[in-house]
Amino acid sequence: MSESAIATIYEAADLDPGPVHDPDAAHLVVDGNRVLGRNLVAGLTAEVDEQADGVRLVIRLAEATVLERPVHLCFGMSGDSGQQQIDLDVELAPRAGAIFTAHCAFPFARDVEHRMQADIRVGDHATYRYRERHVHGRTGGVLVVPRTRLRLGEGARVTTDFELLRGRVGEVDIDYRSTCGPDSVLEMDARVDGRADDRIAIREVAGLEGERARGVLTSRVAVRDRARAEIHNELTASAAGTSGHVDCKEIVTGEATASAVPIVLVQHPRAHVTHEAAVGSVDHKQLQTLMARGLDEDEAVALIIEGLLS
Amino acid sequence: MTTDDDAILVLENVGVARNGQPILAGIDATFQRGLVHAVVGPNGAGKSTLAAVIMGLEGYREATTGVIRYEGAVIGQLDVTERARRGIALAWQEPARFEGLRIGRLLEASGASSDDEVDAALHDAGLEPDRYRQRAADTTLSGGERKKLELASIMVMRPRFVMLDEPDSGIDVASLDHIFAALATLQERETTVVLITHSPTVLRHAERAMLMCCGAIVDRGDAERIGREFASGCIPCPHHPRQVARHDTRRAS
Repeated sequence: MSESAIATIYEAADLDPGPVHDPDAAHLVVDGNRVLGRNLVAGLTAEVDEQADGVRLVIRLAEATVLERPVHLCFGMSGDSGQQQIDLDVELAPRAGAIFTAHCAFPFARDVEHRMQADIRVGDHATYRYRERHVHGRTGGVLVVPRTRLRLGEGARVTTDFELLRGRVGEVDIDYRSTCGPDSVLEMDARVDGRADDRIAIREVAGLEGERARGVLTSRVAVRDRARAEIHNELTASAAGTSGHVDCKEIVTGEATASAVPIVLVQHPRAHVTHEAAVGSVDHKQLQTLMARGLDEDEAVALIIEGLLS
Repeated sequence: MTTDDDAILVLENVGVARNGQPILAGIDATFQRGLVHAVVGPNGAGKSTLAAVIMGLEGYREATTGVIRYEGAVIGQLDVTERARRGIALAWQEPARFEGLRIGRLLEASGASSDDEVDAALHDAGLEPDRYRQRAADTTLSGGERKKLELASIMVMRPRFVMLDEPDSGIDVASLDHIFAALATLQERETTVVLITHSPTVLRHAERAMLMCCGAIVDRGDAERIGREFASGCIPCPHHPRQVARHDTRRAS
Protein backbone atom coordinates (compact mmCIF):
# COMPACT_ATOMS: atom_id res chain seq x y z
CA MET A 1 0.00 0.00 0.00
CA SER A 2 1.30 3.46 -0.82
CA GLU A 3 1.00 5.01 2.58
CA SER A 4 2.32 8.37 1.46
CA ALA A 5 -0.23 8.78 -1.37
CA ILE A 6 -3.07 7.83 0.95
CA ALA A 7 -1.80 10.19 3.61
CA THR A 8 -1.54 12.99 1.05
CA ILE A 9 -5.15 12.59 -0.09
CA TYR A 10 -6.62 12.23 3.38
CA GLU A 11 -4.68 15.10 4.86
CA ALA A 12 -5.46 17.49 2.02
CA ALA A 13 -9.13 16.53 2.09
CA ASP A 14 -9.28 16.71 5.90
CA LEU A 15 -10.62 13.16 6.05
CA ASP A 16 -10.22 10.72 8.91
CA PRO A 17 -7.82 7.96 7.78
CA GLY A 18 -8.80 5.83 10.76
CA PRO A 19 -10.88 3.28 8.81
CA VAL A 20 -7.94 2.62 6.46
CA HIS A 21 -5.82 1.50 9.39
CA ASP A 22 -8.52 -0.51 11.14
CA PRO A 23 -7.93 -4.23 10.51
CA ASP A 24 -11.51 -5.04 11.46
CA ALA A 25 -13.03 -2.69 8.90
CA ALA A 26 -13.14 -3.38 5.17
CA HIS A 27 -11.65 -0.73 2.95
CA LEU A 28 -10.53 -0.09 -0.58
CA VAL A 29 -8.45 2.92 -1.61
CA VAL A 30 -8.05 3.97 -5.24
CA ASP A 31 -5.80 6.80 -6.42
CA GLY A 32 -6.57 7.63 -10.01
CA ASN A 33 -6.86 4.21 -11.63
CA ARG A 34 -4.51 2.52 -9.21
CA VAL A 35 -5.58 0.54 -6.16
CA LEU A 36 -3.41 1.59 -3.23
CA GLY A 37 -4.81 -0.64 -0.58
CA ARG A 38 -7.60 -2.92 0.46
CA ASN A 39 -8.79 -4.93 3.41
CA LEU A 40 -11.61 -7.45 3.44
CA VAL A 41 -13.61 -8.98 6.25
CA ALA A 42 -15.43 -12.29 6.53
CA GLY A 43 -18.31 -12.63 4.09
CA LEU A 44 -17.08 -9.80 1.85
CA THR A 45 -15.16 -10.46 -1.36
CA ALA A 46 -13.69 -7.96 -3.79
CA GLU A 47 -12.12 -8.66 -7.17
CA VAL A 48 -10.03 -5.84 -8.49
CA ASP A 49 -9.03 -5.41 -12.11
CA GLU A 50 -6.69 -2.48 -12.68
CA GLN A 51 -6.42 -1.20 -16.24
CA ALA A 52 -4.75 1.92 -17.58
CA ASP A 53 -8.10 3.48 -18.35
CA GLY A 54 -9.99 2.42 -15.25
CA VAL A 55 -10.57 0.14 -12.32
CA ARG A 56 -13.20 -2.58 -12.26
CA LEU A 57 -14.39 -3.68 -8.84
CA VAL A 58 -16.61 -6.67 -8.23
CA ILE A 59 -17.85 -6.74 -4.66
CA ARG A 60 -19.98 -9.48 -3.14
CA LEU A 61 -21.51 -9.80 0.28
CA ALA A 62 -22.53 -13.30 1.25
CA GLU A 63 -26.05 -14.31 2.22
CA ALA A 64 -27.16 -13.23 5.68
CA THR A 65 -23.86 -11.50 6.34
CA VAL A 66 -24.40 -8.23 8.13
CA LEU A 67 -21.27 -6.10 8.47
CA GLU A 68 -20.97 -4.30 11.76
CA ARG A 69 -18.63 -1.63 10.47
CA PRO A 70 -19.02 0.43 7.32
CA VAL A 71 -17.08 -0.59 4.25
CA HIS A 72 -14.80 2.34 3.56
CA LEU A 73 -14.16 3.26 -0.07
CA CYS A 74 -11.87 6.06 -1.15
CA PHE A 75 -11.81 7.13 -4.78
CA GLY A 76 -9.39 9.99 -4.95
CA MET A 77 -6.62 11.58 -6.90
CA SER A 78 -3.39 12.78 -5.35
CA GLY A 79 -2.43 14.69 -8.52
CA ASP A 80 -4.09 17.74 -10.03
CA SER A 81 -5.14 16.24 -13.36
CA GLY A 82 -6.20 12.98 -14.90
CA GLN A 83 -9.15 10.70 -15.48
CA GLN A 84 -10.55 8.21 -13.06
CA GLN A 85 -12.99 5.55 -14.25
CA ILE A 86 -14.54 3.26 -11.65
CA ASP A 87 -16.72 0.36 -12.73
CA LEU A 88 -18.42 -0.92 -9.65
CA ASP A 89 -20.37 -4.15 -9.59
CA VAL A 90 -21.91 -4.81 -6.19
CA GLU A 91 -24.21 -7.61 -5.15
CA LEU A 92 -25.64 -8.16 -1.73
CA ALA A 93 -27.04 -11.64 -1.32
CA PRO A 94 -30.40 -12.13 0.41
CA ARG A 95 -30.60 -10.91 4.02
CA ALA A 96 -27.14 -9.38 3.87
CA GLY A 97 -26.57 -5.89 5.23
CA ALA A 98 -23.84 -3.27 4.90
CA ILE A 99 -23.07 0.40 4.92
CA PHE A 100 -20.67 1.61 2.24
CA THR A 101 -19.06 4.98 2.86
CA ALA A 102 -17.31 6.39 -0.19
CA HIS A 103 -15.03 9.40 -0.02
CA CYS A 104 -14.33 10.93 -3.38
CA ALA A 105 -11.43 13.25 -2.68
CA PHE A 106 -9.90 15.50 -5.32
CA PRO A 107 -8.30 18.19 -3.17
CA PHE A 108 -5.71 19.32 -5.74
CA ALA A 109 -7.88 19.06 -8.84
CA ARG A 110 -7.31 21.42 -11.73
CA ASP A 111 -8.37 19.16 -14.56
CA VAL A 112 -9.80 15.96 -13.15
CA GLU A 113 -12.52 13.68 -14.45
CA HIS A 114 -14.15 11.20 -12.10
CA ARG A 115 -16.54 8.79 -13.77
CA MET A 116 -18.33 5.96 -12.05
CA GLN A 117 -20.48 3.29 -13.55
CA ALA A 118 -22.14 1.34 -10.76
CA ASP A 119 -24.42 -1.66 -11.01
CA ILE A 120 -25.81 -2.56 -7.62
CA ARG A 121 -28.12 -5.45 -6.88
CA VAL A 122 -29.60 -5.75 -3.43
CA GLY A 123 -31.04 -9.16 -2.70
CA ASP A 124 -34.29 -10.07 -1.04
CA HIS A 125 -34.55 -8.61 2.46
CA ALA A 126 -31.03 -7.25 2.26
CA THR A 127 -30.09 -3.77 3.49
CA TYR A 128 -27.70 -1.47 1.67
CA ARG A 129 -26.73 2.01 2.61
CA TYR A 130 -24.39 3.97 0.36
CA ARG A 131 -23.01 7.33 1.44
CA GLU A 132 -20.88 9.24 -1.04
CA ARG A 133 -19.04 12.29 0.28
CA HIS A 134 -17.11 14.46 -2.16
CA VAL A 135 -14.27 16.72 -1.13
CA HIS A 136 -13.00 18.95 -3.92
CA GLY A 137 -10.38 21.65 -4.09
CA ARG A 138 -10.91 25.37 -4.36
CA THR A 139 -10.57 25.75 -8.10
CA GLY A 140 -13.49 23.64 -9.27
CA GLY A 141 -11.47 21.79 -11.87
CA VAL A 142 -13.43 18.58 -11.48
CA LEU A 143 -15.96 16.82 -13.67
CA VAL A 144 -17.96 14.25 -11.69
CA VAL A 145 -20.13 11.82 -13.64
CA PRO A 146 -21.64 9.05 -11.49
CA ARG A 147 -24.02 6.60 -13.21
CA THR A 148 -25.70 4.15 -10.91
CA ARG A 149 -28.21 1.39 -11.58
CA LEU A 150 -29.86 -0.07 -8.50
CA ARG A 151 -32.07 -3.11 -8.34
CA LEU A 152 -33.91 -3.89 -5.12
CA GLY A 153 -35.19 -7.38 -4.40
CA GLU A 154 -38.25 -8.23 -2.38
CA GLY A 155 -38.21 -6.53 1.01
CA ALA A 156 -34.84 -4.90 0.35
CA ARG A 157 -34.03 -1.55 1.93
CA VAL A 158 -31.68 0.89 0.21
CA THR A 159 -30.53 4.38 1.11
CA THR A 160 -28.23 6.42 -1.09
CA ASP A 161 -26.83 9.72 0.07
CA PHE A 162 -24.73 11.88 -2.26
CA GLU A 163 -23.09 14.93 -0.72
CA LEU A 164 -20.91 17.54 -2.42
CA LEU A 165 -20.58 20.36 0.06
CA ARG A 166 -16.85 20.78 0.57
CA GLY A 167 -14.77 22.63 -1.98
CA ARG A 168 -15.90 23.82 -5.39
CA VAL A 169 -18.27 21.54 -7.27
CA GLY A 170 -16.85 22.17 -10.73
CA GLU A 171 -19.28 20.18 -12.83
CA VAL A 172 -21.36 17.31 -11.54
CA ASP A 173 -23.76 15.22 -13.57
CA ILE A 174 -25.51 12.61 -11.43
CA ASP A 175 -27.73 9.91 -12.89
CA TYR A 176 -29.19 7.35 -10.49
CA ARG A 177 -31.84 4.88 -11.70
CA SER A 178 -33.53 2.30 -9.55
CA THR A 179 -36.11 -0.44 -9.81
CA CYS A 180 -37.84 -1.63 -6.67
CA GLY A 181 -39.24 -5.08 -6.00
CA PRO A 182 -42.18 -5.99 -3.77
CA ASP A 183 -42.17 -4.50 -0.25
CA SER A 184 -38.84 -2.82 -0.84
CA VAL A 185 -37.95 0.63 0.43
CA LEU A 186 -35.76 3.11 -1.43
CA GLU A 187 -34.50 6.50 -0.29
CA MET A 188 -32.27 8.55 -2.57
CA ASP A 189 -30.90 11.83 -1.32
CA ALA A 190 -28.56 14.30 -3.02
CA ARG A 191 -27.18 17.52 -1.55
CA VAL A 192 -24.92 19.86 -3.49
CA ASP A 193 -23.64 23.36 -2.75
CA GLY A 194 -22.66 25.25 -5.91
CA ARG A 195 -20.96 28.58 -6.37
CA ALA A 196 -18.93 30.60 -8.90
CA ASP A 197 -19.38 28.91 -12.32
CA ASP A 198 -20.30 25.45 -11.02
CA ARG A 199 -22.69 23.30 -13.03
CA ILE A 200 -24.97 20.80 -11.31
CA ALA A 201 -27.24 18.26 -12.96
CA ILE A 202 -29.07 15.68 -10.87
CA ARG A 203 -31.30 13.01 -12.32
CA GLU A 204 -32.86 10.53 -9.92
CA VAL A 205 -35.27 8.04 -11.44
CA ALA A 206 -37.00 5.22 -9.61
CA GLY A 207 -39.60 2.67 -10.58
CA LEU A 208 -41.77 1.15 -7.88
CA GLU A 209 -42.50 -2.06 -9.74
CA GLY A 210 -43.22 -4.50 -6.95
CA GLU A 211 -46.37 -4.41 -4.88
CA ARG A 212 -46.18 -2.20 -1.78
CA ALA A 213 -42.77 -0.84 -2.75
CA ARG A 214 -42.03 2.61 -1.34
CA GLY A 215 -39.64 5.29 -2.47
CA VAL A 216 -38.54 8.83 -1.63
CA LEU A 217 -36.35 10.95 -3.89
CA THR A 218 -34.93 14.06 -2.27
CA SER A 219 -32.68 16.77 -3.66
CA ARG A 220 -31.33 19.80 -1.84
CA VAL A 221 -29.25 22.24 -3.82
CA ALA A 222 -27.94 25.72 -3.17
CA VAL A 223 -26.53 27.79 -6.01
CA ARG A 224 -24.80 31.12 -5.63
CA ASP A 225 -22.86 33.55 -7.81
CA ARG A 226 -23.26 32.33 -11.42
CA ALA A 227 -23.74 28.64 -10.67
CA ARG A 228 -26.43 26.64 -12.46
CA ALA A 229 -28.46 23.65 -11.33
CA GLU A 230 -30.94 21.36 -13.03
CA ILE A 231 -32.79 18.77 -10.98
CA HIS A 232 -34.90 16.05 -12.53
CA ASN A 233 -36.50 13.61 -10.10
CA GLU A 234 -38.87 11.02 -11.51
CA LEU A 235 -40.83 8.39 -9.63
CA THR A 236 -43.07 5.83 -11.33
CA ALA A 237 -45.51 3.70 -9.33
CA SER A 238 -46.82 0.77 -11.34
CA ALA A 239 -47.96 -1.79 -8.79
CA ALA A 240 -50.69 -2.08 -6.18
CA GLY A 241 -49.98 -0.51 -2.80
CA THR A 242 -46.92 1.39 -3.95
CA SER A 243 -46.32 4.83 -2.53
CA GLY A 244 -43.68 7.48 -2.84
CA HIS A 245 -42.67 11.08 -2.62
CA VAL A 246 -40.46 13.39 -4.67
CA ASP A 247 -39.02 16.42 -2.96
CA CYS A 248 -36.75 19.00 -4.66
CA LYS A 249 -35.63 22.20 -3.00
CA GLU A 250 -33.20 24.71 -4.39
CA ILE A 251 -32.05 28.03 -2.98
CA VAL A 252 -30.82 30.54 -5.50
CA THR A 253 -28.78 33.64 -4.71
CA GLY A 254 -26.76 36.12 -6.75
CA GLU A 255 -26.92 35.53 -10.51
CA ALA A 256 -27.32 31.78 -10.16
CA THR A 257 -30.10 29.90 -11.91
CA ALA A 258 -31.88 26.68 -11.05
CA SER A 259 -34.65 24.46 -12.31
CA ALA A 260 -36.47 21.58 -10.69
CA VAL A 261 -38.60 19.04 -12.51
CA PRO A 262 -40.37 16.57 -10.24
CA ILE A 263 -42.19 13.93 -12.27
CA VAL A 264 -44.61 11.46 -10.75
CA LEU A 265 -46.14 8.77 -12.89
CA VAL A 266 -48.86 6.56 -11.44
CA GLN A 267 -49.80 3.48 -13.45
CA HIS A 268 -51.95 1.64 -10.94
CA PRO A 269 -55.19 2.73 -9.29
CA ARG A 270 -53.91 1.65 -5.88
CA ALA A 271 -50.65 3.55 -6.06
CA HIS A 272 -50.03 6.94 -4.50
CA VAL A 273 -47.18 9.34 -5.20
CA THR A 274 -46.80 12.94 -4.07
CA HIS A 275 -44.29 15.61 -4.94
CA GLU A 276 -43.13 19.04 -3.93
CA ALA A 277 -40.63 21.39 -5.47
CA ALA A 278 -39.45 24.78 -4.36
CA VAL A 279 -36.95 26.91 -6.23
CA GLY A 280 -36.26 30.43 -5.17
CA SER A 281 -34.45 32.89 -3.06
CA VAL A 282 -34.01 32.50 0.65
CA ASP A 283 -37.27 32.54 2.59
CA HIS A 284 -37.95 36.12 3.64
CA LYS A 285 -39.23 35.29 7.11
CA GLN A 286 -36.29 33.01 7.88
CA LEU A 287 -33.93 35.74 6.73
CA GLN A 288 -35.61 38.47 8.77
CA THR A 289 -35.72 36.25 11.85
CA LEU A 290 -31.99 35.56 11.74
CA MET A 291 -31.19 39.20 11.02
CA ALA A 292 -33.30 40.10 14.04
CA ARG A 293 -30.92 37.87 16.02
CA GLY A 294 -28.01 40.05 14.93
CA LEU A 295 -26.74 38.17 11.84
CA ASP A 296 -26.02 40.20 8.75
CA GLU A 297 -27.65 39.16 5.51
CA ASP A 298 -24.74 37.05 4.25
CA GLU A 299 -24.42 35.23 7.58
CA ALA A 300 -28.15 34.59 7.68
CA VAL A 301 -28.22 33.21 4.12
CA ALA A 302 -25.24 30.96 4.88
CA LEU A 303 -26.96 29.57 7.96
CA ILE A 304 -30.21 28.89 6.11
CA ILE A 305 -28.29 27.07 3.37
CA GLU A 306 -26.30 25.16 5.98
CA GLY A 307 -29.59 23.90 7.40
CA LEU A 308 -31.05 23.02 4.02
CA LEU A 309 -27.99 21.00 3.04
CA SER A 310 -27.40 19.37 6.43
CA MET B 1 -41.83 65.51 22.38
CA THR B 2 -41.06 63.08 25.16
CA THR B 3 -37.75 63.70 26.88
CA ASP B 4 -37.77 61.35 29.81
CA ASP B 5 -34.28 60.34 30.95
CA ASP B 6 -35.59 56.94 31.97
CA ALA B 7 -36.87 56.20 28.50
CA ILE B 8 -35.08 53.49 26.54
CA LEU B 9 -37.20 53.83 23.43
CA VAL B 10 -39.32 56.74 22.26
CA LEU B 11 -41.66 56.94 19.27
CA GLU B 12 -42.50 60.39 17.93
CA ASN B 13 -45.38 60.75 15.48
CA VAL B 14 -44.56 57.36 13.93
CA GLY B 15 -46.66 56.18 11.03
CA VAL B 16 -46.67 53.49 8.36
CA ALA B 17 -48.65 53.51 5.15
CA ARG B 18 -49.14 50.84 2.52
CA ASN B 19 -50.51 51.66 -0.91
CA GLY B 20 -51.52 55.06 0.39
CA GLN B 21 -53.49 53.56 3.29
CA PRO B 22 -52.25 54.32 6.82
CA ILE B 23 -51.62 51.22 8.96
CA LEU B 24 -50.15 53.17 11.86
CA ALA B 25 -50.58 56.90 12.34
CA GLY B 26 -49.47 59.48 14.86
CA ILE B 27 -47.89 57.04 17.29
CA ASP B 28 -46.27 58.78 20.26
CA ALA B 29 -45.03 56.44 22.94
CA THR B 30 -42.35 56.15 25.57
CA PHE B 31 -41.03 52.84 26.90
CA GLN B 32 -39.44 53.21 30.32
CA ARG B 33 -36.22 51.37 30.95
CA GLY B 34 -36.52 48.09 32.86
CA LEU B 35 -40.32 48.03 33.00
CA VAL B 36 -42.75 45.50 31.55
CA HIS B 37 -45.05 47.23 29.11
CA ALA B 38 -48.03 45.79 27.32
CA VAL B 39 -49.64 46.66 24.01
CA VAL B 40 -53.23 45.47 23.80
CA GLY B 41 -55.95 45.91 21.25
CA PRO B 42 -58.31 44.06 18.94
CA ASN B 43 -57.17 42.11 15.88
CA GLY B 44 -55.88 44.43 13.19
CA ALA B 45 -55.17 47.25 15.62
CA GLY B 46 -51.56 47.48 14.44
CA LYS B 47 -49.81 45.89 17.42
CA SER B 48 -47.59 43.51 15.44
CA THR B 49 -46.94 46.24 12.88
CA LEU B 50 -45.70 48.46 15.68
CA ALA B 51 -43.25 45.72 16.72
CA ALA B 52 -42.07 45.28 13.12
CA VAL B 53 -41.50 49.04 12.83
CA ILE B 54 -39.46 49.16 16.03
CA MET B 55 -37.43 46.11 14.95
CA GLY B 56 -36.86 47.69 11.53
CA LEU B 57 -37.98 44.66 9.55
CA GLU B 58 -37.63 44.89 5.80
CA GLY B 59 -40.77 46.28 4.23
CA TYR B 60 -41.61 48.28 7.35
CA ARG B 61 -38.46 50.29 7.93
CA GLU B 62 -38.67 51.91 4.49
CA ALA B 63 -42.35 52.74 4.96
CA THR B 64 -41.98 54.32 8.38
CA THR B 65 -42.37 58.04 8.98
CA GLY B 66 -41.68 59.90 12.23
CA VAL B 67 -38.81 59.39 14.64
CA ILE B 68 -37.69 56.36 16.65
CA ARG B 69 -35.15 57.05 19.38
CA TYR B 70 -33.36 54.22 21.13
CA GLU B 71 -31.00 54.99 23.98
CA GLY B 72 -31.20 58.61 22.89
CA ALA B 73 -30.14 57.98 19.28
CA VAL B 74 -32.34 58.15 16.21
CA ILE B 75 -32.36 54.64 14.72
CA GLY B 76 -34.69 55.01 11.76
CA GLN B 77 -31.83 54.55 9.31
CA LEU B 78 -30.54 51.37 10.96
CA ASP B 79 -31.48 48.03 9.45
CA VAL B 80 -32.77 45.08 11.43
CA THR B 81 -29.30 43.59 12.01
CA GLU B 82 -27.92 46.83 13.40
CA ARG B 83 -30.90 47.27 15.69
CA ALA B 84 -30.54 43.70 16.96
CA ARG B 85 -26.85 44.27 17.63
CA ARG B 86 -27.77 47.34 19.69
CA GLY B 87 -29.98 45.18 21.89
CA ILE B 88 -33.46 45.27 20.35
CA ALA B 89 -35.16 41.89 19.94
CA LEU B 90 -38.46 40.54 18.72
CA ALA B 91 -40.04 37.17 19.47
CA TRP B 92 -42.42 36.51 16.60
CA GLN B 93 -46.04 35.53 17.03
CA GLU B 94 -45.52 32.85 14.37
CA PRO B 95 -41.84 31.86 14.51
CA ALA B 96 -40.09 30.80 11.32
CA ARG B 97 -39.23 27.18 10.58
CA PHE B 98 -35.74 26.29 9.39
CA GLU B 99 -35.34 23.08 7.43
CA GLY B 100 -32.43 21.02 8.70
CA LEU B 101 -31.05 23.69 11.02
CA ARG B 102 -30.28 22.17 14.40
CA ILE B 103 -31.75 23.93 17.40
CA GLY B 104 -28.37 24.08 19.11
CA ARG B 105 -26.89 25.75 16.03
CA LEU B 106 -29.74 28.25 15.88
CA LEU B 107 -29.17 29.22 19.50
CA GLU B 108 -25.42 29.57 18.88
CA ALA B 109 -26.17 31.89 15.99
CA SER B 110 -28.53 33.86 18.22
CA GLY B 111 -25.75 34.53 20.72
CA ALA B 112 -25.22 31.47 22.94
CA SER B 113 -21.51 31.30 23.66
CA SER B 114 -21.34 27.74 24.99
CA ASP B 115 -23.16 24.41 25.01
CA ASP B 116 -24.05 25.06 28.63
CA GLU B 117 -25.75 28.30 27.67
CA VAL B 118 -27.69 26.51 24.92
CA ASP B 119 -28.84 23.87 27.38
CA ALA B 120 -29.77 26.40 30.04
CA ALA B 121 -31.83 28.43 27.57
CA LEU B 122 -33.66 25.32 26.36
CA HIS B 123 -34.30 24.17 29.91
CA ASP B 124 -35.60 27.57 30.98
CA ALA B 125 -37.93 27.68 27.99
CA GLY B 126 -39.37 24.28 28.90
CA LEU B 127 -37.53 22.22 26.26
CA GLU B 128 -35.44 19.29 27.52
CA PRO B 129 -31.93 19.93 26.16
CA ASP B 130 -31.17 16.27 25.46
CA ARG B 131 -34.32 15.92 23.39
CA TYR B 132 -34.11 19.17 21.48
CA ARG B 133 -30.47 20.24 21.07
CA GLN B 134 -29.89 18.12 17.95
CA ARG B 135 -33.39 18.38 16.51
CA ALA B 136 -34.08 20.57 13.53
CA ALA B 137 -36.02 23.79 14.03
CA ASP B 138 -38.40 22.74 11.28
CA THR B 139 -41.94 21.59 10.67
CA THR B 140 -41.52 18.63 13.00
CA LEU B 141 -41.82 21.05 15.92
CA SER B 142 -45.30 21.88 17.12
CA GLY B 143 -46.45 25.48 17.32
CA GLY B 144 -45.91 25.46 21.08
CA GLU B 145 -42.42 24.03 20.77
CA ARG B 146 -41.52 26.71 18.24
CA LYS B 147 -42.77 29.41 20.60
CA LYS B 148 -40.61 28.01 23.38
CA LEU B 149 -37.62 27.85 21.05
CA GLU B 150 -38.26 31.46 20.04
CA LEU B 151 -38.17 32.42 23.69
CA ALA B 152 -34.92 30.47 24.22
CA SER B 153 -33.29 32.24 21.27
CA ILE B 154 -34.33 35.62 22.70
CA MET B 155 -32.90 34.73 26.11
CA VAL B 156 -29.45 33.90 24.68
CA MET B 157 -29.40 37.25 22.85
CA ARG B 158 -29.51 39.05 26.21
CA PRO B 159 -31.34 42.02 24.68
CA ARG B 160 -31.94 45.32 26.42
CA PHE B 161 -35.34 45.86 24.80
CA VAL B 162 -37.46 42.91 23.81
CA MET B 163 -40.90 42.63 22.25
CA LEU B 164 -42.79 39.37 22.80
CA ASP B 165 -45.62 39.09 20.28
CA GLU B 166 -48.44 36.96 21.72
CA PRO B 167 -45.99 34.97 23.88
CA ASP B 168 -48.69 32.59 25.12
CA SER B 169 -50.33 31.70 21.80
CA GLY B 170 -50.06 27.98 21.12
CA ILE B 171 -48.68 27.36 24.61
CA ASP B 172 -50.46 24.88 26.88
CA VAL B 173 -51.48 26.04 30.33
CA ALA B 174 -48.86 23.89 32.04
CA SER B 175 -46.09 25.55 30.01
CA LEU B 176 -47.18 29.11 30.72
CA ASP B 177 -45.00 29.06 33.83
CA HIS B 178 -41.93 28.86 31.58
CA ILE B 179 -43.04 32.02 29.80
CA PHE B 180 -43.51 33.82 33.08
CA ALA B 181 -40.23 32.48 34.48
CA ALA B 182 -38.46 33.83 31.40
CA LEU B 183 -40.21 37.12 31.95
CA ALA B 184 -38.92 37.17 35.53
CA THR B 185 -35.39 36.47 34.28
CA LEU B 186 -35.65 39.33 31.80
CA GLN B 187 -36.77 41.61 34.64
CA GLU B 188 -33.82 40.49 36.79
CA ARG B 189 -31.57 41.46 33.89
CA GLU B 190 -33.33 44.87 33.80
CA THR B 191 -34.47 44.22 30.26
CA THR B 192 -37.29 46.39 29.03
CA VAL B 193 -40.12 44.12 27.91
CA VAL B 194 -43.06 44.83 25.64
CA LEU B 195 -45.81 42.21 25.75
CA ILE B 196 -48.11 42.26 22.74
CA THR B 197 -51.13 40.36 23.91
CA HIS B 198 -54.85 39.76 24.12
CA SER B 199 -54.50 37.64 27.22
CA PRO B 200 -55.54 38.98 30.65
CA THR B 201 -53.20 36.36 32.19
CA VAL B 202 -50.22 37.79 30.33
CA LEU B 203 -51.33 41.37 30.83
CA ARG B 204 -51.21 40.87 34.60
CA HIS B 205 -47.42 40.77 34.34
CA ALA B 206 -47.24 44.25 32.81
CA GLU B 207 -46.81 47.47 34.72
CA ARG B 208 -47.87 49.86 32.01
CA ALA B 209 -50.00 49.38 28.96
CA MET B 210 -51.20 51.08 25.85
CA LEU B 211 -54.42 50.31 24.04
CA MET B 212 -54.28 50.34 20.25
CA CYS B 213 -57.11 50.46 17.78
CA CYS B 214 -57.23 51.14 14.06
CA GLY B 215 -53.52 51.93 13.86
CA ALA B 216 -53.44 54.42 16.72
CA ILE B 217 -52.85 54.46 20.46
CA VAL B 218 -56.21 55.34 21.98
CA ASP B 219 -55.37 55.07 25.67
CA ARG B 220 -52.39 54.40 27.91
CA GLY B 221 -51.55 54.16 31.57
CA ASP B 222 -51.72 51.65 34.36
CA ALA B 223 -51.82 48.12 32.95
CA GLU B 224 -54.65 46.98 35.20
CA ARG B 225 -56.92 49.84 34.16
CA ILE B 226 -56.13 49.42 30.46
CA GLY B 227 -56.79 45.69 30.80
CA ARG B 228 -60.21 46.33 32.31
CA GLU B 229 -61.00 48.83 29.60
CA PHE B 230 -60.01 46.39 26.85
CA ALA B 231 -61.88 43.49 28.46
CA SER B 232 -65.04 45.59 28.71
CA GLY B 233 -64.94 46.21 24.97
CA CYS B 234 -65.31 49.90 25.64
CA ILE B 235 -62.54 51.07 23.34
CA PRO B 236 -62.31 54.86 23.01
CA CYS B 237 -61.72 54.78 19.27
CA PRO B 238 -64.01 56.62 16.87
CA HIS B 239 -63.20 54.18 14.09
CA HIS B 240 -63.73 50.94 16.02
CA PRO B 241 -66.75 49.03 14.62
CA ARG B 242 -68.50 48.98 17.99
CA GLN B 243 -68.16 52.75 18.40
CA VAL B 244 -69.27 53.34 14.82
CA ALA B 245 -72.31 51.15 15.46
CA ARG B 246 -73.18 53.16 18.60
CA HIS B 247 -72.77 56.40 16.69
CA ASP B 248 -75.03 55.14 13.90
CA THR B 249 -77.62 54.00 16.45
CA ARG B 250 -77.65 57.43 18.09
CA ARG B 251 -78.04 59.12 14.70
CA ALA B 252 -80.88 56.82 13.76
CA SER B 253 -82.73 57.56 17.00
